[in-house]
Amino acid sequence: MSRNLNILQAISEAMDQKMEQDGRVVLLGEDIGTNGGVFRATDGLLEKFGEDRVFDTPLAESGIVGSAIGLALGGMIPVAEIQFLAFMYPALEQVLSHAARMRFRTRGEYSLPMVIRTPYGAGIRGPELHGESVEAFFVHTPGLKVVVPSTPYDAKGLLVSAIEDPDPVIFLEPTRTYRAFREEVPEALYRVPIGKAKVVQEGRDVSIFAWGSMLQLAISTARQLQVERGYSCEIVDLRSLAPLDRDTIVASVQKTGRALIVQEAHKTAGMASELISLLNDEALVYLKAPIKRVSGFDVPVPFFSVEDDFMPTQARVKQGIVDTMLF
Amino acid sequence: MLMEHGLRDDRLAQGLGFTQFLTPDGGLAKQLDGRMDDSLLLDMYRNMVIARQFDRKAVNLQRQGRLGTYAPFEGQEAAQIGSALAIAKDDWMFPTYRDHAATITRGQSMTTVLLYWAGRLEGGAGTKSLRILPPSVPIATHLLHAVGMAWATKLRKENVVTVGYFGDGASSEGDFHEALNFAGVYHLPIIFICQNNGYAISVPFSKQSASKTISQRASAYDIEGERVDGNDVLAVFDAVSRARERARAGGGPTLIEAVTFRYGAHTTADDPKRYRDQELATDWRAHRDPITRLKRFLEERQLWTEDFEADVMADATARIEQALDEFARYDAPNPLDMFEHVYAEMPWHLKEQAAELERAMEKDGMQP
Ligand SMILES: Cc1ncc(C[n+]2csc(CCOP(=O)(O)OP(=O)(O)O)c2C)c(N)n1
Repeated sequence: MSRNLNILQAISEAMDQKMEQDGRVVLLGEDIGTNGGVFRATDGLLEKFGEDRVFDTPLAESGIVGSAIGLALGGMIPVAEIQFLAFMYPALEQVLSHAARMRFRTRGEYSLPMVIRTPYGAGIRGPELHGESVEAFFVHTPGLKVVVPSTPYDAKGLLVSAIEDPDPVIFLEPTRTYRAFREEVPEALYRVPIGKAKVVQEGRDVSIFAWGSMLQLAISTARQLQVERGYSCEIVDLRSLAPLDRDTIVASVQKTGRALIVQEAHKTAGMASELISLLNDEALVYLKAPIKRVSGFDVPVPFFSVEDDFMPTQARVKQGIVDTMLF
Repeated sequence: MLMEHGLRDDRLAQGLGFTQFLTPDGGLAKQLDGRMDDSLLLDMYRNMVIARQFDRKAVNLQRQGRLGTYAPFEGQEAAQIGSALAIAKDDWMFPTYRDHAATITRGQSMTTVLLYWAGRLEGGAGTKSLRILPPSVPIATHLLHAVGMAWATKLRKENVVTVGYFGDGASSEGDFHEALNFAGVYHLPIIFICQNNGYAISVPFSKQSASKTISQRASAYDIEGERVDGNDVLAVFDAVSRARERARAGGGPTLIEAVTFRYGAHTTADDPKRYRDQELATDWRAHRDPITRLKRFLEERQLWTEDFEADVMADATARIEQALDEFARYDAPNPLDMFEHVYAEMPWHLKEQAAELERAMEKDGMQP
C-alpha cells in the first residue's frame, strides 16, 4: 500500500511509526506537542503517544540539544526539533562540543543515538534568520552525520534510518519543499540508507549535483536544456552530505566528464567546495571542463524582498550548465 | 580583601544561610544523625587524604612534564568527597575537569585520571560501568546532559539520581539556567552541586554575579536550594543525602552550593598571584581546611590515632604508586587510534586518512 504524501507527511509518518515500534523514541522541541510543530511535522503525535513521549520544552535550544544528549546517554532515542536551522546557533556548543564527540571522547563507551531535525533553507518568505543553509558547519564537524532528503519517499526512509542510526544525525528538512509536491510513499516502515546518493536522472553530457530544494531546480532546468539544446544531464541527489557517497559522485563524472554543483548555501567553503576537491582528487583526468558551482552569495541570507535573487535561479543554473558544456 | 570572596567571615556566611556540622576548630555545630557513624567518618577522612595526596602528585607530575596541564582541587576535598559518599552506586555522576576527588572516591581509577591529563585518548574511557561521565571541559554544558540523564531515568522508572558538578563561574552560563529550568519543569531526580571556590580563573564571585549566593537561584526555578559549608564534609554529606532522598521520593531537583576554596592555581598553566591575594589561601588553609577540621573532630572522638594516620598515608602511597606503575606501563600512544570511535562504523574517508597517516609514519612516508 502506498499513498500520495508530501514531505511533511512523510516525515511525520516516520516518527509515528518509529515511536510505535520502539518505546525509547521520544520527541522534544519548542511547540511540537499541542501545536504539532510550527510546520505540523509532529501533528497528532502528542495525542497518540502522550506526555511521556512528546515534550513541549521550554524555549531553550541548548537545553533541548543538551538534554537530548543526556536522554541518549540514558538509553532513550531522542528526536529533537529545532524550529529553524539558525536557531540551532544557541545550541551549537552542545552539537559540536558534545554530540559530535561523545563516542570519540569515551572511546566508544557511549554512543548518542539521536536526531536533530530542523527545517532549513530559504524561499519561504520568512523573517530574518528563517532561511539559512549552513549545512557546512555540521559537515565540517567529525562525528556528525548530515542528511538532507529532497523527496517524500526519501524523507520517510531517511528519517527512519536516522532514528535507527547509532550516531547523532543532523536531519535538515528543506522548508520550501515541505508541501511543494507529493509522491507515492509506502505505508510500511522502510529505510533509505544514509550515505548513499541517488542518480535521479541518467545523462551523458554533464553531471548536476544537488540536494534539498535545489534538486527540483536542477530537474526543471535540465528538462529545459534538454528541449532547448538537446543536452543530456545526469542529476544526482546527494541525500547524505556526511558521509558522502563518493563512489556515485565520482562514477557519474567519470561518465559525463563535466560537473555542475547547485547549492543554496553561501559559496565560500560550502559543500560545493568539498565536492570540487573530491572530484579533483578522484576524477581529474576525466574532466573535459572546469567544475562549475552555482551557489547562494556570500552575504547574509537577505530579507525576503530580495530572497529570490540570493538563491540560485533557473537562469544561473542554466548559465552554469551552458558554460561547462561550451568550455 | 575580606569580602572579595564573600566568605571569610562566618557571620556573613551564616547570614547567607550557610549550614555547618563541624566548626572550623572541629567542634560540633549540629548533632550528627544516625547515618554518620564512625566508620563513615573514618572513610571520609581516608578518602580526603588519599585525594589530596593524589592531587599533589599530579601537580608534581605536571611539573616534571609527565602530564599536560592539570586542574588541582586541593582545598575542595570535602565538597567533592562528602557528595560522592552520599550517593549510591547506581546514581549517575557528571563531573568537571576538577572533580577527581569525587570520581576517585566513587571508584574511578587514578590511572584513568592520569591518562586523561597526559592527553591520552584512553583518559575518557573506563568509567561507564561506574556511571561516571568523562570530565567536561566546556563550562556548564554537561549540566544539561545530567538533566537529560535524570529525565531518561525518570522515563524509564529507574529510581536513581543524577548529580552534576560545576563551579561558581558556571552559574553565569546560559546552560546552567537552562538546566535548572528543565530540571524544574520536568521535576527531575537531579542534584546540582556547585563548588563555589570564589573564583572563575581570575574573576571573583563578586564580579561574576550580583546575586549574593548561588543557592538563591534555586527559588527562581522553584526547586530546592541549599548553601552549605563546603569545607565541612559532614554538612555536604548531609545536604546531598537529603537531596538524594527527596529526589528518590519524587521531590525533584536540588541546587546545593558548597562554599569552599582552592588553595592552588586554577590550572598548572595559571598564576593566581596575578589576581588573588595569596594570604587568602594561607588563611583558608590555616583556619578552614577540610581535612584538619575533620581530624580535630576525630581526635576529639578518639577515632584518630597515629596508627590510623600512618595506615591512611600508606594506603594513599600504595594506591598512587600502583596508578603510576600502571600509567608508566602504557604503550606509546598509537596515532592511528584517533580514527577510532569517531563514528560507530568507520567511513571511507577516515579509512583512507588513517592509511595516509600510516604511510607517513613509515619512514619518510613517500610511496614510489
Ligand atoms: C564554555 C567555556 N568558556 C570558557 C572556558 C575557559 N575556562 C575554563 S575553566 C574557566 C573558569 C571556570 O570557573 P568555575 O566554573 O568557577 O570553576 P572552577 O574551575 O573555579 O572550579 C574558564 C573561563 C571553558 N572551559 N568553557
